[in-house]
Amino acid sequence: MTKPAQVHQPLSEAGEFAEGIPHEKLARSRAAQTVLWVLLIAAVLLAPAVLYPVFVMQLLCFALFACAFNLLIGFTGLLSFGHAAFFGGAAYICGHVVKVWGLPPLVGILCGGVVAAALGYVVGSLAIRRQGIYFAMITLALAQIVYFLALQLPFTGGENGLQGIPRGTLFGLDLNDPLSMYYFVAAIFLAGFLIIYRTIHSPFGQVLQAIRENEPRARSLGYNVDRFKLIAFVLSASLAGVAGSTKAIVFQFASLTDAHWQMSGEVILMTLIGGMGTIFGPVVGSVVIITLQHYLADIGSWVQVVIGAIFIVSVLLFRRGIVGELARMLKISSV
Amino acid sequence: MSDFILEATDLSRSFGGFMAVRNVNLKIARGSIHALIGPNGAGKTTMFNLLTKFITPSSGTITFNGRNITHLKPEEIANLGIVRSFQISAVFPHLTALENVRIALQKRLDVSYQFWRSRKILSTLDDEALERLDQVGLKRFAHVPAVELPYGRKRALEIATTLGLEPELMLLDEPTQGMGSEDVGQVADLIKRVSVGRTIIMVEHNLGVVSKLADAITVLSRGEVLAEGTYEQVSKNPAVMEAYMGIKAEEVA
Ligand SMILES: Nc1ncnc2c1ncn2[C@@H]1O[C@H](COP(=O)(O)OP(=O)(O)OP(=O)(O)O)[C@@H](O)[C@H]1O
Ligand SMILES: [Mg+2]
Repeated sequence: MTKPAQVHQPLSEAGEFAEGIPHEKLARSRAAQTVLWVLLIAAVLLAPAVLYPVFVMQLLCFALFACAFNLLIGFTGLLSFGHAAFFGGAAYICGHVVKVWGLPPLVGILCGGVVAAALGYVVGSLAIRRQGIYFAMITLALAQIVYFLALQLPFTGGENGLQGIPRGTLFGLDLNDPLSMYYFVAAIFLAGFLIIYRTIHSPFGQVLQAIRENEPRARSLGYNVDRFKLIAFVLSASLAGVAGSTKAIVFQFASLTDAHWQMSGEVILMTLIGGMGTIFGPVVGSVVIITLQHYLADIGSWVQVVIGAIFIVSVLLFRRGIVGELARMLKISSV
Repeated sequence: MSDFILEATDLSRSFGGFMAVRNVNLKIARGSIHALIGPNGAGKTTMFNLLTKFITPSSGTITFNGRNITHLKPEEIANLGIVRSFQISAVFPHLTALENVRIALQKRLDVSYQFWRSRKILSTLDDEALERLDQVGLKRFAHVPAVELPYGRKRALEIATTLGLEPELMLLDEPTQGMGSEDVGQVADLIKRVSVGRTIIMVEHNLGVVSKLADAITVLSRGEVLAEGTYEQVSKNPAVMEAYMGIKAEEVA
């Protein structure tokens, strides 16, 4: 019998693991998490005092988009290459609901989220039948169809996009006031971030992790793996939709850029640079990318080269992303 | 209810033109430990994959407790009470030993789709998880990530997790593979202990373990059933001695 020899350690031998060690790491991780939460909330609340509110709102929209994407790639193990369809598609829906139907922005954002969820259900159902690169290709192909629709359907404004979306009011509050608008966006971001955090730390999230780590084993324990993946996909799509809808209200237009495949690529970059599978990584990643795009706008398309270079360096030097590497150096958990 | 918990009739599976399993008939007596043995590549793991629907049979039927389960999905099979292990240890590497077992126990709470709920609710399962770890000698390792456990302990953890589902029928693919003789004895004792009140099918290369545990044996060779019976009957079968035991005897000598 030619069985590969395994390193043999008798079951009865005294173990070298003290039960206390992981607890120490746990305590340190909890402390770090608390600090990060406080920092995040403080930063979100105080940012408009030092930074241009529209810029921070843009950051928050993309951060939520990246966090939603991370729920899929980092916590379910699925690489979608079509998330722009949910982000951009929802932006159009929200814009239409607010501009043409005259409904309040909050309703528009919710409609964007719901339509993105429905779209996510369709795309997810088709894509999760395949694995790996085929999964990514199906999501890309379906997202291209959405892009095509955004270009052709009468209500989207074609090449010009949907312009002049009014910010309107929220419970009587005038959202044309920059600070009111800002705190509205901040609240949406924090709510979305909390939903994602809770999902990851729920019984559902626990099964997602099991599936990511050993899919056949999860299946052999009786978990309907495809259904878990689909629910994660729909959640991710709907939150990406909320992010896109919110962006449409902030900038008062929805454009083809948001639904373009480059946007799908950008959210992958943000997530990887910040650290996929970490809680705070996508926020950091989107801050890095959006800030670069903002301050390097003068050098035109060279921005892409700079971002590309940063991406290559980060993939080569710190594969876990900024937050992932920091967590490893400080020996804390990043989830 | 019939005396047979599981019956496979004329089960076949080909990969391309190659018949990995050919017209296999298998009857597993309720409450027994049934060993599936045979040389490398005989089709034992493929049989497990077929019985648990991880791969689809080319032809043939499978019934469990008299019910035709040929067209069910793997997770449906599991939820009927047929739980398998894998030839290569199957743990969730970055979950702790305790969390590994809890993944199985969690099914009972019926909260697995509740993404809006805190997973703290799972800690109500900790006591039972610890008990199950204790049963396989892993209590001390409860908070160690599975990936850091030595191989033998990973396999023990796998059994503890499987038992968490209280399966009526348990399929073990080479549970003692790659273990030292001391561990083999312990795992064999463990299997014997947990076989009370359930049925076990095991693929096992270690004939010492087979002779000690198995009530019945099916010998597979090149995808076909070569012999069936008790250890005494099978080990005297000349065809088996030639195809299987012969090699083993030389190796042991
Ligand atoms: N998915 C597959 N595709 C193609 N051939 C396969 C596949 N699975 C198994 N086989 C082939 O079927 C035959 C039986 O394989 P199987 O893994 O069932 O053997 P086994 O009895 O479990 O052997 P071992 O003792 O080495 O585990 C082998 O020749 C194997 O190469
Ligand atoms: Mg095998």
